[in-house]
Amino acid sequence: MIAQNRRGKATFRASASDVEGASRFLARTRRDFLRTAAGMTLGSTLLRSPWARAATTSRKRKVVVVTFGGGARDQETFAPEGQENIPHLMRELIPQSSFFTQVVNRGILGHYVATASLATGVYETINNFASLPPQSPTVFEYYRKDLKRPSSDAWVVAPSNGFNRIGESSHRSYGYGLGARVILPKHLLTAATSGHGADYQHLLRDNYETPYYAPELSGSEFELQQLEMILKLSVDDFKAHAQTLSSPDELSLYIVRQLMRQVAPSLLWITLHDIDIAHAGAYSLYIEGIRRTDRLCSDLWKTIQSEPEYAGKTTLFILPDFGRDSDDDAGGNGFQHHRTGDALSRTTWMLVAGPGIREGAVFDRPMESTDLVPTLGSMLGFSASLARGKPVSELL
Amino acid sequence: MLPSDLKPEQFASYPPEARKLVINYLGTLRQLPLSFVPGLLRELIDYDFKFPAERKAHERELGHVGSLPTDQLKDWFGAFSAIRLSDQLQSFDWVKAPAQFVEQLSAHLWSTQQLDSFRKASNDYADRLRAAVPPELPPVPRLGISVIGQGVASYDQPLFRKLRAHGAYFTAVKPDNGLRLLLEGIADRANAHPAPYAHWYIDGGEPESHSPALTSVSYKALEPARSALLRRIQTELDRPGMGPEALRTLLAQTRPADLGMSSASIDHPKDEVLERFEVRLLTEGSGTQIFSTVFAQWAAREALRRAQPLTLLVRFAPRQRQKPMNELLTQISAAPEVDLIGSLIDGDMAAYYNWVNQQRLPGADQSSFLVWFEGHSQALAIGPSMPRGTASHSAADLGQLLAWTT
Repeated sequence: MIAQNRRGKATFRASASDVEGASRFLARTRRDFLRTAAGMTLGSTLLRSPWARAATTSRKRKVVVVTFGGGARDQETFAPEGQENIPHLMRELIPQSSFFTQVVNRGILGHYVATASLATGVYETINNFASLPPQSPTVFEYYRKDLKRPSSDAWVVAPSNGFNRIGESSHRSYGYGLGARVILPKHLLTAATSGHGADYQHLLRDNYETPYYAPELSGSEFELQQLEMILKLSVDDFKAHAQTLSSPDELSLYIVRQLMRQVAPSLLWITLHDIDIAHAGAYSLYIEGIRRTDRLCSDLWKTIQSEPEYAGKTTLFILPDFGRDSDDDAGGNGFQHHRTGDALSRTTWMLVAGPGIREGAVFDRPMESTDLVPTLGSMLGFSASLARGKPVSELL
Repeated sequence: MLPSDLKPEQFASYPPEARKLVINYLGTLRQLPLSFVPGLLRELIDYDFKFPAERKAHERELGHVGSLPTDQLKDWFGAFSAIRLSDQLQSFDWVKAPAQFVEQLSAHLWSTQQLDSFRKASNDYADRLRAAVPPELPPVPRLGISVIGQGVASYDQPLFRKLRAHGAYFTAVKPDNGLRLLLEGIADRANAHPAPYAHWYIDGGEPESHSPALTSVSYKALEPARSALLRRIQTELDRPGMGPEALRTLLAQTRPADLGMSSASIDHPKDEVLERFEVRLLTEGSGTQIFSTVFAQWAAREALRRAQPLTLLVRFAPRQRQKPMNELLTQISAAPEVDLIGSLIDGDMAAYYNWVNQQRLPGADQSSFLVWFEGHSQALAIGPSMPRGTASHSAADLGQLLAWTT
């Protein structure tokens, strides 16, 4: 890819400062699209909400974070021609949210390592394709250690085998026993069908970044026998319901709902990845993934509002881990990958909704992916002392 | 090892023409930074199997860089020299395995947050080189044709949305004999402007009969090679310790003979340049092994980037319906269930990419492009004589449309 970049004949040439300029342009464009389509206001001109201050003091506050492992570009989402793919975000979620148009990821654009960076607030440099824990403490460890929360209060639901170490870092001051419980729904389904899941193959698609290869599981993943004990779900019921679903992310959301009802963790992190089918290069499948993800985000928001343990006290964060390559960069192949490191692949957005969060506001100042963890710390009352980012003041 | 330590005998394993070229410019290569030279060698090591346009580009690049005085060389490559490399990279045998070095360099640049600097250095170098050695204009304006939607009975959503602003949208095309007219049109061009690898026909399914003057690549013809490749991958993955990096190395080392491709006959003499191109489509392209639409798009991208053809017709065929990735990768079915509408949507976007990639080549302002919904009355034409953002409801067959476009 480097050689392709070097030898490419791009019409769009980006220097480091150009990347910043392009990020600002993307942010402004997103803001304009949203103002036109959803009637959003420019948040930076508004005063801070007193509700936000009140909400931060609540001990019962819960947070749900949704990341997409495989971003979607503006032209397939927020741009006028893309809005037909995200009706739920446009009409339901964004009008109820604060929307940040310029979230820049300056780290490695691989899904596992980028998710680890989001979860630690530090640009991680671990091997994207190995089963390794993050090097810096995760948000789950800060949360549980500082607030003395039990392991049942922090959970991760993640898409592929490679994510089974995401809940707990290798940091010597945190690490072992302080992380989140991790559920890999596809792994559970494989176990439930004893490896003979011919009827479930559509739910068992693994990592699209390395379609040939799935890392061996290691660490303390959620075991099948805990399905019944913790999620109150029999293997037969799990299998029967799974047959009604059409994608791995739908399976993840099913597990999430069960987890919310039975365990009600205060910090819940969900990583979706259906959109990442884009790596296979078929545009229609990428668009299907975007539409499904849009619907699942809406379903999750409705679940949050309808579950007694979550309704009225939950802040929802939705953000892609990063974007995808631009059509203009000769080093890439458009929507298919995120290899060039161009502005479009580094710049994404964040949507935040919940009590105390200003509704219908757009903020287009730059922020970084690493700002998420310090923001969660300020909201929930723990210190993300080793995170590099800064709290997002508009949410506090 | 650093480039300054390079010696002729280190290139003994290179194919003969590549070895000769590299040794001829060894004095220049010795003066260039380590972050640059392996990337160049990665291209030059395959010189013997490159298309004429690529060979000429390498020769012109080396010729110009080799002519630069020392102070200008320092100026041109200063940004590359500023890239910090690890000891591990410095001790890597990058002369023998430049592609693997570039893989590791890429990981190093990402993890040390030097990717943006490297990217800027690369782009600046490419711009400088283009200014100093302007690419040659084609002898005749280029023509690109994309044929999409094979087998779709009807489709009521708008097509060619990304291209409409650039050309004229035709709504009353007479579809009869359309593909034949297009193939005859490009055969005429091939006969009028003969040159090796200058006129291409890529088919995402089984190719129609066509002129031998065309360079032809098809998904169907490569089915045995695709099966062989997937079997090879599966076998390798079962080996202990195999991971993505090792697999990538293995794929990069795959040769036509490994996939059972090199069978020459009197009627079909061996074309190793084309065979190696086809192997790279399957080993470097993501999704090219399983989805015919993706294969056709990637083949077109690589043909344009590497061979810089004067004429390129790409016909998209129905791809198989999506199944779990492991199933797609392990089971090749003779008659898989196809996704016609999905394939049309894939082809519509791919046609846009075909045009974008064609416009990256020299002579873009004179190039023409035509996309047709196969068997139907919709087409779009782009070219110097086509009014942009317009629509025409006049009846015309594909032969007429081709004549108007070019």
